[in-house]
Amino acid sequence: MSNKLFPITVTVNGVEYKREVEARLLLSDFLRHDLGLLGTHVGCEHGICGACTILFDGGAVRSCLIFAVQANGHEIRTVESLGTPENLHPLQQSFHEKHALQCGFCTPGFLMTLVPFLEENPHPSDDEIREAIDGNICRCTGYEKIVEAVQDAAAKNSQAK
Amino acid sequence: MTEKYFGKPIKRLEDKFMLTGNVKYVDDIEVPGQLHAAFLRSDYAHARILKIDASEALKRPGVVAVYTADDFGDFWKPGPLQVPPPTAIPGSQFNARTLVPIAKDKIRYSGEVLAVVIAESRYIAEDAFDDIIVDVDPLPAVVDLEKGWENTSVLVHDDLPSNMAALVKQEVGNYEEAKKNADVVISKRMLIEHVAAAAMENRGFIASWDERNQEMTIWAGTQSPLTIRGSVSRALGLAESQIHVITPYIGGGFGPKVMTSLADDVLLPWISKQLKRPIKWIEDRRENFLATTSERDQVHHCEIALKKDGTILGFKDVFYHNTGAYDSYGMTVPLNTQTHTISNYRIPNFYSEIRMVFTNQMVVTPVRGAGRSEGIFAMERMVDFAAKELGISPIELRKKNLLRVDELPLNTGVIGQDFVVNILDSGDYLGNYEKCLEVIDYEKFRKEIQPKARKEGKRVGIGVVAFTEGTAVGPYEGCRITVSTSGKVTMTSGYSTQGQAHQTVFAQIIADQLNVKIEDVRVITGDTNQFAWGAGTFASRGAALVGAATYLAAQKVRAKIFSTASKKLEVPEDELELCEGSVCVKGQPETTIPLGTLAALANPMRGVVEPGVEPGLEATAYYGPPHGSTGCGAMGVIVSIDEETCKPVIERMVMVDDCGTMINPLIVDGQLQGGISMGIGNTLYERLVYDENGQLVTASFMDYLMPLATDMPKKLDIVHNHAESSLKVNPLGIKGVGEAGAIPPGPAIVQALEDAFQDTKLEILESNLSPSQIYEYLKKA
Repeated sequence: MSNKLFPITVTVNGVEYKREVEARLLLSDFLRHDLGLLGTHVGCEHGICGACTILFDGGAVRSCLIFAVQANGHEIRTVESLGTPENLHPLQQSFHEKHALQCGFCTPGFLMTLVPFLEENPHPSDDEIREAIDGNICRCTGYEKIVEAVQDAAAKNSQAK
Repeated sequence: MTEKYFGKPIKRLEDKFMLTGNVKYVDDIEVPGQLHAAFLRSDYAHARILKIDASEALKRPGVVAVYTADDFGDFWKPGPLQVPPPTAIPGSQFNARTLVPIAKDKIRYSGEVLAVVIAESRYIAEDAFDDIIVDVDPLPAVVDLEKGWENTSVLVHDDLPSNMAALVKQEVGNYEEAKKNADVVISKRMLIEHVAAAAMENRGFIASWDERNQEMTIWAGTQSPLTIRGSVSRALGLAESQIHVITPYIGGGFGPKVMTSLADDVLLPWISKQLKRPIKWIEDRRENFLATTSERDQVHHCEIALKKDGTILGFKDVFYHNTGAYDSYGMTVPLNTQTHTISNYRIPNFYSEIRMVFTNQMVVTPVRGAGRSEGIFAMERMVDFAAKELGISPIELRKKNLLRVDELPLNTGVIGQDFVVNILDSGDYLGNYEKCLEVIDYEKFRKEIQPKARKEGKRVGIGVVAFTEGTAVGPYEGCRITVSTSGKVTMTSGYSTQGQAHQTVFAQIIADQLNVKIEDVRVITGDTNQFAWGAGTFASRGAALVGAATYLAAQKVRAKIFSTASKKLEVPEDELELCEGSVCVKGQPETTIPLGTLAALANPMRGVVEPGVEPGLEATAYYGPPHGSTGCGAMGVIVSIDEETCKPVIERMVMVDDCGTMINPLIVDGQLQGGISMGIGNTLYERLVYDENGQLVTASFMDYLMPLATDMPKKLDIVHNHAESSLKVNPLGIKGVGEAGAIPPGPAIVQALEDAFQDTKLEILESNLSPSQIYEYLKKA
């Protein structure tokens, strides 16, 4: 394995980072360990569980299936770009109110899957929500309260408009 | 007591940090100077080790050290027996062969650790696997439980005469005598398949030896931090005060994270001490599948004896239980199976025999449901078979034999995982069942929905089962509550947290007892420097045991608050009351004294208490129940199935549950829903499959199918049906609820599937059914 380093420029949550990375470094590891953005979690490293889901140029993708070098010149958003503990994003607020998280490990992945989904589908049916999160595994909640939270966020969003 | 919080659906205090990525799980902890460990694991399930040569690995840049079993010298030894054998059961036999931290001479399961590589990065550590030469002599693997039990089998442990890990016989009444009076006797062989806990966060462990202070700090994603502190202390010859185990946020537990004496918690502290560097290891998903513990996997030979009118005379169950290659966790799982098999119905004569078998597979320890699911499955299936044989409705047969309110508490005579005789303490079993029939509208389904569907050529069936959940077992848990001079309250406990909302529910109890804002209560769990006594997080016991201890400690602090305030204000205690965050004089609301001020005064240095008096607005309390308390309930499901694809769809599910007093109904529903998803997954999707060579062929989420959002019931109702008797089981009347959801979906779904094909001879004899297996069953029907 060559240890050659490649220069990359990546915009993460609106901040431009210039780094030199090995070709094999996973984007998930780059975000977590090189940039210290620990909200992106790694659950399986083979693209099934969805815990590491981030937005790559606006689309939800698995950061464990992408190398950091492939993010060169691209724009990434992680859970840290949503709300803060003092000022939650509306979807985070709905997750809180509906008890849509328990251990919280899968939660950032669900949020990053659902943010673009709700933008495209502001009034989803329960079935559409279930389809949307079918690529994210949660072992704690049984998904019931996640679906409720998404409906809550959608309802509040349409009230606000 | 004013109850502003207790019993209310209080939203969780921990959420806002978790939701924003502002909490730390074990892999989020970076210790300056840390090195990374990777475990080279065996590809073979059973083999003699001829040679392991790691010399080339040491030449790789970035590799700091490589260890094989021989490098650990005298430190290498089989680990402790984490759970002792059931000496309380007369005649029980148990062969302890405890986990070894790293394979020496012989490999006993695929995934067992052969070498530890320490490197500057995890990437480099795993690269070095290619440099290590492992020469082994493969042996035939013990995979099948019944064949493995035979005297002719290959041996997992060469020094034992057979693969018998344990043999336990428990009998109540006399089954063989009772059978003579039976009109009907039915015998069946059933399989309960092997499943993974599959918490979304894998395990992780960091050991950091501080040479200057002679102290070891450990961060571990564990359900039992105090067990780790004790075992590291013994293994390294250190005082427990030299070891600080911290459990950070944990991404789900579900059982296996209670297990210790694995390679990480044994070897990494030793290596950290040797190298004087922090060592970090984060398990990957493949390792979790291969080598972290898992559960179920039993073969039951059941027999039920009944009178023509449906009265059950007796039940016999000889079952094989897979313990894997070692049995450090004793017999918790099969003992749970034994107790739960006769936990619902009036069974005057019962014979149960555990045949616990060593195999060349990963070690088996409790997973949510933990033996209970197996016992309930075996009994519920046999009741279904009996109903068919007798021509009685499965509903009526259950109603006839379910225990009545006035029959409880009932001493079943069967000794359980806590080594005391199982007591069915409380609940309304028949009432739960009838409630479930009512909510799912059984009559309407039978009379209208099912006949209509059949006319349209659709297959739809219903199943309604009863279950119990043994919870809240001892020995004990404890906590300490302290009021700070700022008025903020801290509760510390040895219990660790994996998402069960402990930071909220224990705070609810304290906030009410001390009349403070819930936001002013901080709950610290699983930090051995904060609180050093307790057993660990398992068996649905947190709310009941830690909750009771919290209530008792809060009572003591409350008494101290009043006595301190009484001295300061020179007012008798009975004229004082708690106002929010302070003490005030009844009828004189302007005369108040804040709790923070009282905390300062409760110190002989500067206060109103005498020297020699226990200082502080602080108290510790412990709670240990004489026996566990038994949750109970019923589950109904309506399942439709496409005959072409054999894909079942859960149209409707109703769960009736009695978990006693609820501290927080929002959290209880979350626990039940999560358990239900696991029960559905176990029944329709999840299955660990070992081939004949002992290779796990489902070691990824591509092969091991987890239940997803689209697999859940189209409509799910949870009904709380709490009997009066359930509210008195311990100081707060709390039963556990963590495992209930996972228990009944299996027998309920298979009953419904058989019902959908009631015009055929479909008979389901296992707990996990993929569409292709259903297809095979239907071909035979």
